[in-house]
Amino acid sequence: MNFSQEAEAWTCASCGGKLQLTKVFFSYEKGNFEVDLPACPACDLVLVPESLALGRMAEAERILEDK
Amino acid sequence: MEKNELIAWENKCIQEESPECTSACPLHVDARLFLKEIRKGDWDAAYKVLNKTMPFPGILGRICDHPCEERCKRGPVGGPLAIGSLERLCVEKFAGKKRVQLLPRKNHRIAVLGAGLAGVTAAWDLLKKGFVVSVFESGERLGGPLWDLPERILPREILAEELLVLESMMADIHLGVRLDKAFFEQVCEEYAAVILDRDSFHGCALPLELDGDGLIAVTPSTGATGRDGVFAGGGTRFRGGFSPVMETLEGRKPALSIERLMQKVGLEFGRENEGPCSSRLFTSLEGIDPLPRVVPADSVKGYSEEEAHMEAKRCIQCECRECVKKCLFLERYKAYPKKYAREIFNNERILLGAAHQYNVFTNSCSTCGLCETICPNDFSMADMCLEARRTLLKQKIMPASFHEFALDDMAFSNSDLFSLCRREPGKSESAWLYFPSCQLCGSAPGEVLSSYHYLREKLTGGVGILLHCCGAPAFWAGREDLFSQALNEIRGCWEKMGKPRIITACTTCLNMFQEHLPETEPVSLWSTILDAGLPVSVRVSGAGEVTVSVVDPCASRQKQEEQQGIRRILESLGMGIEELPLSGEKPECCGYGGLMYNANPTLARDVVARRTTASDNDYLAYCAMCRDNFAFVGKRISHIIEHLFPVVAGADPAARGWISWSERRDGRVRVKESVLAELGEGKEPQLEHYEKLALVMSPEVRKRVDERRILEEDIRKVILHAESSGMRMQCSESGNFLAYLQPANVTFWVEYQLEGDGFTVLNAYCHRMKIVGIKK
Repeated sequence: MNFSQEAEAWTCASCGGKLQLTKVFFSYEKGNFEVDLPACPACDLVLVPESLALGRMAEAERILEDK
Repeated sequence: MEKNELIAWENKCIQEESPECTSACPLHVDARLFLKEIRKGDWDAAYKVLNKTMPFPGILGRICDHPCEERCKRGPVGGPLAIGSLERLCVEKFAGKKRVQLLPRKNHRIAVLGAGLAGVTAAWDLLKKGFVVSVFESGERLGGPLWDLPERILPREILAEELLVLESMMADIHLGVRLDKAFFEQVCEEYAAVILDRDSFHGCALPLELDGDGLIAVTPSTGATGRDGVFAGGGTRFRGGFSPVMETLEGRKPALSIERLMQKVGLEFGRENEGPCSSRLFTSLEGIDPLPRVVPADSVKGYSEEEAHMEAKRCIQCECRECVKKCLFLERYKAYPKKYAREIFNNERILLGAAHQYNVFTNSCSTCGLCETICPNDFSMADMCLEARRTLLKQKIMPASFHEFALDDMAFSNSDLFSLCRREPGKSESAWLYFPSCQLCGSAPGEVLSSYHYLREKLTGGVGILLHCCGAPAFWAGREDLFSQALNEIRGCWEKMGKPRIITACTTCLNMFQEHLPETEPVSLWSTILDAGLPVSVRVSGAGEVTVSVVDPCASRQKQEEQQGIRRILESLGMGIEELPLSGEKPECCGYGGLMYNANPTLARDVVARRTTASDNDYLAYCAMCRDNFAFVGKRISHIIEHLFPVVAGADPAARGWISWSERRDGRVRVKESVLAELGEGKEPQLEHYEKLALVMSPEVRKRVDERRILEEDIRKVILHAESSGMRMQCSESGNFLAYLQPANVTFWVEYQLEGDGFTVLNAYCHRMKIVGIKK
């Protein structure tokens, strides 16, 4: 999944900087993941788009809950 | 679940029991599968079904006396299936290759003396199992009395051809042998074991005991004679009449005994169900059209292929699945309780929580008890799933997500925000303690407060009030610690109040107290109203003005008196009642029970949506969660408390619609504050900073957010955090802000706009996957 559109659309309101596609680390139920997501590395701010949260991320959560 | 418990569970579910036809058949031919294959038009597969169990299918398929038909469940609805005729057509037209698969050869040499149907069957079975078999027959051909059957039933050519198969199976065949005592002694010396076809030895002079029919006496279950290594079978024609299929069994039994003898295994063990046996399989005949048996146009030739197909289509494919037919949860996982027991066992014991789907499965049961009521054998998925949940917790493999939202909601109810125990204002004693239930306070706070006033007017001795959760969510989640904590708190309050009698407005609470706090002698609000009289505030409808269908809560299953009481109240209110197909002892759950809504929200929604289709009438509930869940999917529904204690005179309670989880919390807070105010203990609520934020949400956003189990409180916390820390993102096009916060296990996201002093919430979503960090 490519979130470059989201990276374009949103800016970090904390520093005013642009969001950049960056590796973001996640963990859940003994599983660890990396996803390229729009983020502001300066402020440690990440953007998890709704489509990801309710789509593949939710799916992965369900799989991990039931292995 | 221990292994012996698994066996006990599996034994309770009868879905895998053999159908009547198979159980009635001495050889246990799978007639149900045979008929299914014919229905599909797959005659090769149908023949294979016969060939798997029958020796000489070309013979037996033509002459079988089909005892299966007598016990066919189709009998009372159109007449039993013509299984015998269908077998005949199958072997006449679709017989496969005559080669039989043999197991690797064994060294044991077995002698079969006499080659009637029992003798050749014994030889067939032993040869298939790899034994070296010699057949000795006094006549000039194998088959004995089979040659006496009419040509039209068993053509000689077929009989000869079928018996030839024994030669291809490498039988050592000797014809014209004198089967006398000397010969018998000789084979007993030379062979590891001997089988005698009793048909050839009727009244014989061998040194063996005879029974009253003149047949060699045997142990019925094994065919063993009084002499070691010598077995016998057959001779049904000397005992009430020749039965081809029983005669076959008579040959099969001693053959199996010999196999066991050679393997040094007990001859008798586990053979109770050999031959015709009973079956526990239940098959409902409800809704089955009484189709009569297909009569062949040509009575001499029998069924044509098309006629056979029509006849096989009458087979109802006996099975139980009674629980699965009624329960969407059981249906959705595509199996039945016996298989589910095995899966739960495997998940717990073997895969340690890694059996795909079975963690969520175990937590999706509403524990409503409908399956146990329907099951001819009282299988309780609720008991099995609740026990399994406790095990998953002990094993520390229960995902938090399955119950967290519900347990948080319970914690809210048992926190200072709702929990309260007080005497009636101005009274120093309490003969009664009103326990309206947390969810009813959440759903109908105004009505609950009115009902409390009513109780105080009608009852003497003081009516205290206890606001708390009964602990049901913890019980359903398998959290024994939280459950006993809730019960202990309730017991403590009850004791402090002088052990008054509890009156509750929730059937689940009533069950919990009756089961776990019986000393509180709980009664329902509804039965109290029946005794004390209707409140004056009620509006009695005119005859025929209102008709409702009562949705009994699943918790009322064992409470027929309560159910009748509700109906009496409704009748007093002038309402007409049309019963739903599943009521009384068979109510379904609304998806709240057992925390199904938490572990499996999609299933819970589907369950309630399906239930709305049972009637077009307005529904009437007496469980707050039933009302709220039906209202959520758009069904017109009211709670009985809204009719007894209307807050707005003349309103239409069934039109009230859905309410959110946040509103349920607000309702509870309101009940507590109102009770305290009346006692003169009211004070300005101390709002947390985030609680002061003013939110604006469209109805669509409110519903979407609620469905995602996001509370307004969560949204406020995200916005407060974003606004106070500045940690937020902004859309360059719309100017909307997006912010997130992970206070505990869930990360909440909110998209919002600034709106005067407040905030317009445009969207919110959440995930449980934790953001660990960014690669620098």
